[in-house]
Amino acid sequence: MATRLSGVARAFGDRVVLDSLDLELRDGEFTALLGRSGSGKSTLLRALAGLDDEVTGKIDVTDSVAVAFQEPRLVPWKRLLANITLGLDAPADKAKAALAEVALTERSDAWPLTLSGGEAQRASLARALVREPELLLLDEPFSALDALTRITIHQLVLELWARHRPAVLLVTHDVDEALLLADRVLVLDEGRIAHDISITADRPRHREDPDLVTLRTILLAALGVSPEGRS
Amino acid sequence: MSVVELARPVGKPRATPKGPRRRVTAWHRWLSPLALLVIWQIASATGLLPERLLAAPATIASTAVELTQAGTLPTAIGVSLQRVLIGFLVGGAAGILLALVAGLSRAGENAVDPIMQALRALPFFGLIPLFILWFGIGEEPKILLVALAVSFPLYLNTFSGIRGVDGKLAEVAKTLKLSRGQLIRHIVLPGALPQTLVGLRQALGVAWLALIVAEQVNATTGLGYMINDAREFLRTDVIVVGLLVYSALGLATDAIVRLLERRALAWRRGFLA
Repeated sequence: MATRLSGVARAFGDRVVLDSLDLELRDGEFTALLGRSGSGKSTLLRALAGLDDEVTGKIDVTDSVAVAFQEPRLVPWKRLLANITLGLDAPADKAKAALAEVALTERSDAWPLTLSGGEAQRASLARALVREPELLLLDEPFSALDALTRITIHQLVLELWARHRPAVLLVTHDVDEALLLADRVLVLDEGRIAHDISITADRPRHREDPDLVTLRTILLAALGVSPEGRS
Repeated sequence: MSVVELARPVGKPRATPKGPRRRVTAWHRWLSPLALLVIWQIASATGLLPERLLAAPATIASTAVELTQAGTLPTAIGVSLQRVLIGFLVGGAAGILLALVAGLSRAGENAVDPIMQALRALPFFGLIPLFILWFGIGEEPKILLVALAVSFPLYLNTFSGIRGVDGKLAEVAKTLKLSRGQLIRHIVLPGALPQTLVGLRQALGVAWLALIVAEQVNATTGLGYMINDAREFLRTDVIVVGLLVYSALGLATDAIVRLLERRALAWRRGFLA
């Protein structure tokens, strides 16, 4: 089931963050949502995740949603495997398979506080994916990782997406990340989807790809930044 | 290459001197208490410290053996331990139950918390006269005093522990579609546990205190009775034996909680180390 939003609005006091926003996310599509800081990207994601009770408008979203947050948010008093299966009736071997997919089989007995940042984020992905979601929401999950870890985890996310084919909404402020990963890039501005751009380049993609370079300039302009860093 | 050379001296020198040095310090720490005991024994033997004020350490030791052999001490310990245990269980259950009611819903908080906060301000030893009027001088007032004393630290700590659980984890629980029961079981209660264990230690401390006070007031059995009875006969040795047993029991229960803490909070170990 595709995800449809129409007339979605949310204000914090006087500040309108989402303003009668319309959006459709198609099945199996990898969408990146860009926006300046404070543009309401995370607000939109939280609305889709069912974490915002005060959002208004029509939100048609599948029940099968999973979220990976900016911080991994593992439950610290549950060992890794128990974190993956939390709230699931699924047998343990399914969770073990999920851990294997993110290369954490050997850490399945570890306490979350002993994991590195990259490991914890991978675990968070496994916890989301083991639920076989139709819609996977990623709230800047790579922003706290170091550059090298980020590259590997980008690859991992693409692999997992290719294998499980959920619709993905990746909230990010990183234009390059959006260009490398997504089929479709949205720019959120003034509470609405201001730009909706399809990316057809084959994966794996390279930053130097001329099509992507052009798109980067367009997207940066849409975000109010010129490539030289001046608006 | 410089990295390899640097790596060794940073880690190594800390490890070697620490072990032996620690052991030396530990041994040193026994010196001053031992010296004090010797001085005390000498003072008693020379008559500087009269026995009606304080018995000699050697006398206290032999009295302890005598009381144990005669069965007086084990019986007294058994009675006192039972009072603390029952009072602790009753008060602990009440405190934690009330904290759950208050912590898990606003309505519960409004119903329970004002009363608990008001009662907390009451000095509970002041209740002894009322307790005697209500419950007589049997076991009930003693057990209830312990229960009352225990319930507050457990209530306050568990309540604040529940309210202090990370809201971000509650959001995770929501996205993982945990039911309310699962949320409480997997997130709220384990999240509140560290604070509850702090409350447990405080509760054990006041439990012994409450017992001592309760037993001094009106008792015909137990450690407090043994101590009070000894006062009538100027038996300072028996009094000191009683006090030592109180503190040994207090230390023992504290050690149990610490063991419990180590097991229950193992997930924090990697983080704290």
